Amino acid sequence: MERDDLIEYSLHAHHDEAKGKQIRQKIYKVTLLLTIVTVIEVFIGASIKQSSDWWTAVKVIFILLTLLKAGYIVMVFMHLGDERRYLRNVILIPYFIFVLYLIFIALYEGTAIGGVWDAMWQ
Amino acid sequence: MAGHSAQLDAKTLWGGKESPFQTSYGKLMMWFFLVSDALTFSGLLIAYGFTRHDAQDAWPIGEETFNSMPFLGHGYPLLYVALMTFILIVSSVTMVLAVEAGHRMDRKGVTKWMIATIIGGFFFLGSQAWEWSHFIHGSEFGKIELSDGSQAIVKGHFGEIQNFTVTKAGSEHKVGAVIKDDLMHQFQHAAEQGHIENGFIHLSDGAVAKINKAHDHDLKLIIKRDGNTYKVGGEEITGKKAENLYYEALYAGEKNRVIYGANMKQNEYGPQQYAQFFFFITGFHGFHVFSGVIINILILLGVLAGTYHKRGHYEMVEKTGLYWHFVDLVWVFVFTFFYLL
Repeated sequence: MERDDLIEYSLHAHHDEAKGKQIRQKIYKVTLLLTIVTVIEVFIGASIKQSSDWWTAVKVIFILLTLLKAGYIVMVFMHLGDERRYLRNVILIPYFIFVLYLIFIALYEGTAIGGVWDAMWQ
Repeated sequence: MAGHSAQLDAKTLWGGKESPFQTSYGKLMMWFFLVSDALTFSGLLIAYGFTRHDAQDAWPIGEETFNSMPFLGHGYPLLYVALMTFILIVSSVTMVLAVEAGHRMDRKGVTKWMIATIIGGFFFLGSQAWEWSHFIHGSEFGKIELSDGSQAIVKGHFGEIQNFTVTKAGSEHKVGAVIKDDLMHQFQHAAEQGHIENGFIHLSDGAVAKINKAHDHDLKLIIKRDGNTYKVGGEEITGKKAENLYYEALYAGEKNRVIYGANMKQNEYGPQQYAQFFFFITGFHGFHVFSGVIINILILLGVLAGTYHKRGHYEMVEKTGLYWHFVDLVWVFVFTFFYLL
């Protein structure tokens, strides 16, 4: 039996040439941005040594730039920015809760255990 | 893209029949798979972070470890990985262009951009193979254990080995014979085994030969493990002093004073876990890229056969696109946390 109550959501994404042109323009802009960010990262990485006093600031900059890149990839390339808010939240909120917690606990513990090792060898 | 249903109110959306997410089943499941896969990679990178925080100063630094380019040699910190990142970003862009063409039912456009994406994927895989090979074979100097018990990695230009002149005959070599083949390999193998003493190499047939080698330039020792005299993060050891310390250790005739490259047991870059994380994280990511390329090829065949055109939409391209972008997304994080920081 042919069902007539199913909605074909796949067709929602269709668009015409005018809209397509607009979308492509956005894609090219994001490409340029991602490339520039990568070049900046490599430049900073190659010119500032880890022993430098600035290194903590550099680390923070690296992480922020990475999140910026990730944001553009997920929101524009993966079209998550165009999906409904509910879907976006279902996908993103678990990370804000679990991964941030895991990062905190693992790095904190790692440093503590490193300290124990050092104390044992002395 | 929920353009058609943006005006739906919450009551209609959550009242049944309509999907509250306004997406098809397949796309939603791809998203759920990516959520779980992303958690796997988060776990791996966080485990890396844990180990690194635990090891502190002994951990290798990306720009010291990855500073080579194909055909150009050493002295290009991080450039090669940046190039790999760029290749993957570009192939991500061609993928999103394929998806966009699909939304216009432009079959030619989809085909063109899918082929570009697959080529980009192969370029990335090739780059990774080169990187692995380079990582496993290691540098010409290796990591050396100095006389005070400290361990150091060595930077600089390795003077070429010209030949070995036999000074004591063995079962195959006569006195005065000059060996010119496979010098570097024999040299490194003998050094690892402790078969090099005071500038003379003990060959496998029992012969002893003098090593004729050009001088090294710009030598620099970077301490990676504390010894009695030299400490991690201490004064830089360069020039003549570095050369003396290095060859004193290398020519000591003791086993395991020098390590070249990396394997599952030891590596010249830093703690043992470093190479294991390198192999596992970049390997697991590379495996994702590999499967992504295979999936892209299958979808391209479907596009060529007209399967999706008949279906009335190119959502399959969009779904594999999601996976491909995810692979790019993971690499952005691997690039930062493994190579940059």
